[in-house]
Amino acid sequence: MIFAGRGQWGAFGTGGFVLLVLLVFLVIPVGKVIYVAFQQPDTGAFTLVNFLDFFNTSLFRESFYNSLYVAAMSVVVASLIAIPLAYFTTRFRFGAAALLQTLGVIPLIMPPFVGAVAMQMIFGANGSINLLLDEYFGFTIPFMEGLNGVILVQAIHYFPFILINLSASLANIDRSVEESAQNLGSYGFRLFRRIVFPLAMPGYVAGAALVFLKVFDDLGTPLLLNVNNMLAPQAYLRISSIGITDPMGYVISVILVAFSLFSLWLSYFVTRGRDYASLEKGGGGLGKRDLGTWGRLGAWLVILIILLIVLTPHIGLLLLSFGTIWSFSVLPDAYTLAHYREVFSTAMPYITNTLIYAGLAALFDVILATAIAYLVWRTGIPGRQILDYLGTAAVAVPGVVLGIGYLRVFHDFQVPFVDKPLASWWVIIVVALMIRRLPYALRACTAALQQVSIALEEAALNLGAGRFRTVHRIVVPLMAGGIMAGFVTSFATAAVELSATIMLVSAESDAPVAYGIYVYMQTAAGRGPGAALGVLAVLLVGIATYLSHRFVERSREVEEADRRLAVAQGA
Amino acid sequence: MSVRAMRWVALAALGLAQAWSPSLSAQEIGDKLVVVTSFPKDLTNVFKEAFEKKYPGMTVEMLKKKTTAGVKYIQETASNNTSDIFWASAPDAFEVLKGDGLLAKYEVKATGIPDKVGVFPINDPDGYYKGFAASGYGFMWNTRYLKAKKLPEPAEWEDLAKPVYFGHVGMSAPSRSGTTHLTVETVLQGLGWEDGWALWKRIGGNLKTVTERSFGVPSGVNSGDFGIGIVIDFFGFSSKASGYPVEFRYPSTTTLVPANIAIVANAPHPEAAAAFIEFVLSPEGQRLLLDPKIRRLPVRPEIYAEAPDLPNPFEGDIGASVAFDVKKSKARYNLVNSLFDVMITYRLDDLQAATKALQDAEAALAAKPNEEAAKLVARGWELVAALPIDEAKSLDPEFAGVFKKKRKKATDKVTGRQAEVEQEWDDFVRANYAEAKALAEQALAMVR
Repeated sequence: MIFAGRGQWGAFGTGGFVLLVLLVFLVIPVGKVIYVAFQQPDTGAFTLVNFLDFFNTSLFRESFYNSLYVAAMSVVVASLIAIPLAYFTTRFRFGAAALLQTLGVIPLIMPPFVGAVAMQMIFGANGSINLLLDEYFGFTIPFMEGLNGVILVQAIHYFPFILINLSASLANIDRSVEESAQNLGSYGFRLFRRIVFPLAMPGYVAGAALVFLKVFDDLGTPLLLNVNNMLAPQAYLRISSIGITDPMGYVISVILVAFSLFSLWLSYFVTRGRDYASLEKGGGGLGKRDLGTWGRLGAWLVILIILLIVLTPHIGLLLLSFGTIWSFSVLPDAYTLAHYREVFSTAMPYITNTLIYAGLAALFDVILATAIAYLVWRTGIPGRQILDYLGTAAVAVPGVVLGIGYLRVFHDFQVPFVDKPLASWWVIIVVALMIRRLPYALRACTAALQQVSIALEEAALNLGAGRFRTVHRIVVPLMAGGIMAGFVTSFATAAVELSATIMLVSAESDAPVAYGIYVYMQTAAGRGPGAALGVLAVLLVGIATYLSHRFVERSREVEEADRRLAVAQGA
Repeated sequence: MSVRAMRWVALAALGLAQAWSPSLSAQEIGDKLVVVTSFPKDLTNVFKEAFEKKYPGMTVEMLKKKTTAGVKYIQETASNNTSDIFWASAPDAFEVLKGDGLLAKYEVKATGIPDKVGVFPINDPDGYYKGFAASGYGFMWNTRYLKAKKLPEPAEWEDLAKPVYFGHVGMSAPSRSGTTHLTVETVLQGLGWEDGWALWKRIGGNLKTVTERSFGVPSGVNSGDFGIGIVIDFFGFSSKASGYPVEFRYPSTTTLVPANIAIVANAPHPEAAAAFIEFVLSPEGQRLLLDPKIRRLPVRPEIYAEAPDLPNPFEGDIGASVAFDVKKSKARYNLVNSLFDVMITYRLDDLQAATKALQDAEAALAAKPNEEAAKLVARGWELVAALPIDEAKSLDPEFAGVFKKKRKKATDKVTGRQAEVEQEWDDFVRANYAEAKALAEQALAMVR
C-alpha cells in the first residue's frame, strides 16, 4: 500500500507522490488556462489590474454577495433536512437504515439537463404543483425563481453531503460517552444538543463546508434557474462564449478558488484545538435504541415527508422517462416503454463506461484522500497543509477550465503502447473525475480521522507495529465509515459529471452516461430517452451505494469481532 | 508533426493529378472519418448511415460537442490534430477557427448551388467553410399555454413587445448562441441601430428568461415553462414532429442562417473529408435534410420541388427584406454580444420592473387620459431605450478592439478594458431603468 517505509521517510515519499499528482493533474493544467487573469489585456505583461476591475464592477460585487448569501442559506436549509434524517437513522433501530441512507444519497445524483427539466416540470412556474395550486386555490408559489429558488434547489440537491458525513460521524461516537451522560441525568434533546451533536461535529463541519463550497462554486443550478448574477455563472458565461478571451471569466475563477480556500481555512479554525476523538472503540458506535409505537410512527412520518420533498425531482424524472408528451399539464398525457427500449438498444456502453470511470475515480479519490488526511493530521512534514488546500481547491475550478487545461497540456503527450495522445485516451476522463471529486473524499476522510484517537496508533506503534501496519490494521479500519462516505459522494457525483467530460470525450465509444444524456437532450424527441438514461444512472448509483452501505455494515461487524477476539487474546 | 503533414501534402498533390470521381470506394478514400459536430443525433445518424452505406468499409466517428466546446477542442488539439471535419450551425464559430488558421481551404466540385440564400451568402467568401443548409428564425408557441392564459398568437416581431406578452417570452442571448446573434444583428440592421435596440429592449422587458443555450428556448416552450420562444425553424418543426403541442411561424421579416461544414487543417483523413462534403452537398445528401426529424432548408433549389410543404427561400417564401451587411456585423460582433448582456441578460430584473411599471401606467392612461402623465410615460420609454453608445461608435474599430482581446501583433495597442466599459454601460443602464420606473409610478399616481 501507500505507506511503505518506516518513520518519516514513508511520509515524505507519500507526500511527494501526492504532491506530484496534484501538480501534474491540477495545478499545471489549470495554471495554463487561468494565467490570463494576471495579464495586461493590451500588452500581455503581468498585472493585477483585472482584479481591480473585478472589485470596481458593481455586477461582480453583487454577484459575490449573492453567491455568499445563497451558499450560507443553503447550508442552513440543507442542515434542516439532513440532521433529522441522520439522527433518526443512526440513533434508533430502524428496519431499513441502509435503504433510508441510500435514498438520502439519491438527490446528489441529478443527471445533467434532464434533471433540470424534471425539476421545472414539478416545481416550475407552470409545473405540476403550481398548476394544481392555481386550479384549486387560485395562487402559485415561485419555487424556482430568484435567489430563494436557487437556495431551495441547492439544499435539496446537496444536503446528502451533510447527511452522509454526519451519519458517519454519529456512527463513530463511542457509546460509553453517551452512557455516562445518561448516568449523569442527561436525556432527550439535551443529550443530543450537549453531548451527541458536539461529538459529531467533525462530520457536520465536513458536510457543511462541502455544501458551502459546492454551492458557492456551483454552476448548474443558477443556470437552470437562469440566475446570472452569481459568481460561478458569470465565470462560465464569460469563459464559454465563442471566440472571446475576456480575462474576467478567469479572474472570477481565481477569486472562486481563493475564496474557497479562505472558507476552508476558516473551517480549520473552527475545529482546531478541539479533540473529537474517542479512545474507546469497544462499544462500536452510538447505542441504537427502539422507539415506542408513537415515537416510531412520528419518526417515520418525519423521514417520509423529508424523503418525499427531496425525491420529488426524481419522481419527475421517472414520469418523464415513462411519459409520452408532458407539456403544461400536471402529469404526462400517456405512458410508454418506448424510451427504455430505445435506451437499452443503443445506450448500454454509456452505462458500462460510467461505472468504470466513476468507480475508478472514486477509488483513487479515497486512496489519495486517506493519504492526505493522514499526512496532514498525523505527521509533521513541513508544508503538509498545502496538500489539503490543493486537493480542496479543485472544488472551485470550473470543469470547463480543467477540461481545456488537460487538452492543452496532455494532447502532445503520446501514451506509450496505446499510441494515442493522453488527452484523448479514456483514462484522462477518469483523472479529470478523480481531481474534480477529490474534495468530497478529502473532507470525509479528514472528518473520519479526526475522530480516531491518536493514542490508539501510539499504542500500536509502542507494541512494535510499523507505521504501515498501524495504518493498515488500526487507522484505516477505524476510518472505514468516513472512507465509505467519501467513496459514495465521489462516486455518485462523478457518475453524472458533464462539464469536464464533454471537453475530453474523443470517441463516442468512450463516452459516459452524462454525455449520452447530453446527446439525447439536444433534440425535442430525445427528452424521453434522456430521462430514461438518467433514471438508469440514478438506479445504478443507488444500487452501488446500497451495496457499499451493506458491505461496510457487514465488514464493521467482522472487524469488531476480530478486535474483540484480539482483545480477549491479549488479556 | 510531420508524417501527417507530409502525407497530407502528398495526397493533395495526388488529388490534383487524379480527377475526383464520386465512384471512389472506401479503399481509395480511407476507412475512417472523424467529424466534430454540434448537431443532434437525429441529423448526424442519418448522414453517417448514408455515407457509410455509400462507401462500404468506411467508419464515421461523430464527436458531438456543444459549439463552444467543439471550437475549444479543435483549438487545443491542433498541434496533434485528430479531427477531419467541423460541422455546426453558427458561422461565427467557423470564423474563429478560420482566424486561428485551423481550417483548410476546399473547393467544392459539386455544381448547381447558388451563391446566396435570400440575402445571405451561402459560402465563406474566402473559401474555408461551406453552407450546406439554411434555417430561418421565427417564433414557436405552446398552444396549451396560450389557450390557458388566453393569449393571442404572435405574428410579427413587434407583437412580442406588446404588454399582453409580459413574462411569457423566452429567448437565448447572442453571446450564447450564434444564431440568436444573427437574429439580433438583422433586426438592428433592418430597423436601424436605435430603433432596433428599442425593439429588443421592449421584447427584453417581456422576457421571462434568457436561456443559457439555444436549445433551452424550445425546451422551455415544450415544457410550458414559458409560452412563446424566439427560435430557429427546425426547433419548432422537430418539436411539433415529436408530438409537442406547439406551432411555429416565420414573421414577415426574418433572417436566414446558413449551417456550415469545413475541413479541419491537417486533417488525418483529407480524402474522406472531401468526399463527405461532396456527399452532403450532392442532391442525394441534400434530400436527407427533408427528414421530418431534421427539417432544414436545402441549399439546392431543385430539392424544394420534392417538398412542397417546405418554405422555399429561393422563391421568396421567406421574406428576408433586410440587406444583411456582413462586414458591419463582423466589425461589432463581440460588442453587440456584450451590449445585449449588459442591457438585457444581466439586468433583466431591472428591465422587467421598469417595463411592467410603464405598461401599467399606459393601461391606466388608456382608461383615463392625462397629457402630463403621458409625457412622463413617453420619457420613461425613452430612458429604457437609451443607448450608451451610438452606431458610429459601435463601428469604430479602435473601440470595438476593446472586445477583441486577440492582439495580432505585439505592437497593437488597445485602450481600455472590456470590464471598464461594461461597468460604465451598466451604471448608465441601471440608472435609466430605475428612473423610468420612477416616472411610470409618478404617472400612475397622477391618473389614479
